[in-house]
Amino acid sequence: MITEQEWPLFEVFIRARAGLEHKHVGSVHAADARMAIEHARDVYTRRQEGVSIWVVRSSDITASDPAESDSLFEPARDKVYRHPTFYSIPDEVKNL
Amino acid sequence: MTKFCVTLRRLLDWENRVYTQGLDSLGKDALHVVAEDSAALESRFQKRVDDDEKIEPKDWMPEAYRHTLIRQISQHAHSEIVGMLPEGNWITRAPSLKRKAVLIAKVQDEGGHGMYLYSAAETLGISRDQMVGQLLAGTAKYSSIFNYPTPTWADVGAIGWLVDGAAIMNQIPICRCSYGPYARAMVRICREESFHQRQGFEIMMTLARGTPEQRRMAQDALERWWWPSLMMFGPNDAESKHTAQSMRWKIKRFTNDELRQHFVDVTVPQAEFLGLRVPDKDLSWDAASEHYRFGAIDWREFQNVLKGNGPCNRERLEARQRAHEEGRWVREAAVAHAKKQRERAAQAA
Repeated sequence: MITEQEWPLFEVFIRARAGLEHKHVGSVHAADARMAIEHARDVYTRRQEGVSIWVVRSSDITASDPAESDSLFEPARDKVYRHPTFYSIPDEVKNL
Repeated sequence: MTKFCVTLRRLLDWENRVYTQGLDSLGKDALHVVAEDSAALESRFQKRVDDDEKIEPKDWMPEAYRHTLIRQISQHAHSEIVGMLPEGNWITRAPSLKRKAVLIAKVQDEGGHGMYLYSAAETLGISRDQMVGQLLAGTAKYSSIFNYPTPTWADVGAIGWLVDGAAIMNQIPICRCSYGPYARAMVRICREESFHQRQGFEIMMTLARGTPEQRRMAQDALERWWWPSLMMFGPNDAESKHTAQSMRWKIKRFTNDELRQHFVDVTVPQAEFLGLRVPDKDLSWDAASEHYRFGAIDWREFQNVLKGNGPCNRERLEARQRAHEEGRWVREAAVAHAKKQRERAAQAA
């Protein structure tokens, strides 16, 4: 007897409508990518939530580590000059 | 998410190993340090929860928080899956094509809700197979309401109106739960659930305005589903062993009794609108508190159904086991097909 294998897990990304980006919505199990698309259709788009689906094997995703959040994101914290509000321009100057 | 979980588990294993090795080589002093570390982690975690920050799968969390969530989310998922059975009973006998299409859509939604929830639970490090295995082995709990039978079409109306109504009341606060994946699944579920409740009420309304026999059916269904619906909120606060901790962790936002009271307050006027009688002789409006007072719940019945002695416990479990067995060849064929396709692609390359 074959011992049953669990179908691999796929992460599902849906584009709500043309012009928007694909957004992560959850995951499904499926034997292969094509079946994952079909399952994602049934599970995540029963009410016209999407016009396009991406699936990717969860094991193929590399994610940042929360323990490294500080070293990754902290350097951006003191660079306020990247925002337009950092610069003070007199009110009488228009269209700037 | 698997990868997240695997990484997480590895990290935890690694942490454990390091700690244990540390204990071996350093003796008792290390124990003190470890305890201090985990206390610090725990208080940082609680601070995040208190500040209404969301906890995400890879974040550090106390093991008890993880276990509580796995238990609650998987039970919730099982309830959705078993919940397909009582109503599925009426799909082939729905009174019109419209009602049939609606019922199929509703039962399919319950299946989808089960999938959202299993997927949320998996982010905590338990596998889908483990959860399904627990359900099929009869070791997992699910909402005891689904162990009641659906002998008439009015039951489909009563389930939508009362059971889904109670479920919505329970679930809306969970949309703000501290654990991100559970909260997101719940937002999706709540958005879909209100159609379930409204279609149920509409069935009850049609019956209540129908022939005397149809009115009797509606009344009978209300009488059978009223008390089990009130039990859905769980034991009284004084008896609820998980409530205090779950509220501290913001997994739960209101107590069982608060939610039950709210359900009674909004549902009694709906029954009055239908011209149906709520089966509780102690039910009365208390103008001072602006709440309905209602009679005592028969908790022996609740405990009995929970223990497996409800009218349909065995039937529900057997139906799930049969579905799993009968689907086995499909699952295996799909795996074999995927393997063949991969091999062909590899050969062609």
